[in-house]
Amino acid sequence: MHFEAGQDLPELKVTPDRYVTVRYAGASGDFNPIHIDEEFAQQVGLPGRILHGLWTMAQVARAHTDAAGGPHTLKRLSVGFRGMGVLEEELTVTARVTKVDDDGTVHVSSEATQAGTAIVRRGDADLRL
Amino acid sequence: MEPPIGKTYPPVLYAVGREKVKEYARAVGETNPLHLDHEAARAAGYADVVAPPMFAVVYCSQAIMPAYFDPELEIDFARLVHGGQEFKWGPLVVAGDEITTTVSVKSVEHRAGNGFFTFESVSTNQDGHTVSVGTWTNIVRG
Repeated sequence: MHFEAGQDLPELKVTPDRYVTVRYAGASGDFNPIHIDEEFAQQVGLPGRILHGLWTMAQVARAHTDAAGGPHTLKRLSVGFRGMGVLEEELTVTARVTKVDDDGTVHVSSEATQAGTAIVRRGDADLRL
Repeated sequence: MEPPIGKTYPPVLYAVGREKVKEYARAVGETNPLHLDHEAARAAGYADVVAPPMFAVVYCSQAIMPAYFDPELEIDFARLVHGGQEFKWGPLVVAGDEITTTVSVKSVEHRAGNGFFTFESVSTNQDGHTVSVGTWTNIVRG
């Protein structure tokens, strides 16, 4: 695996099914009702249950580790959350190498979008191969 | 009242279980067998299934809660949103590890009617190695 500045990582595309937030709540321990209770989510002004931001961040992490050859390659990941992720709508993670240091550290800039809107932005990662 | 910058909450111990790692990996759509098959992980030189990097949120979750619920910080949960998150990772976490996480208040700022609460988590394994350092940025909308 070789990376150089300007190179795009393979896009990661995933469509969260209608129960993904229920499974993620159980797996992560985050049972905030805005993610698992349709009625509650609507009562607080949301269109319906929304994705966990940290689930979406996990997709960004996965785009990096899949491209770089495994979980050991990801040394740092920073993201900003914006807007909300919705169920049953394809999510796309795009990532581009911005710089490769002399010591081999690969810097990557990324975002995650749904229907053209960034829900994770300012993704900033360091990879070591 | 001055915000308690640097305040540290009691460390929390988390024992990493094989089935929990697999459950988490499936929930986030991981396909790498290192996370799902202990025999594949062992063949690759790991003691057991490898936690995906973002599994950090699982072993940190019980440690971060006292910070969110600290009455000294006066966080209004109805207006709380997760603004940003960073992790820096050290050695990989594998099933069987025992991870101790300590959370502290890094900064509290009020700007344009919004409150910005930043916490730091430092997680170490049973050998004393730092497996992750997290920066948790939360915004309380004004």
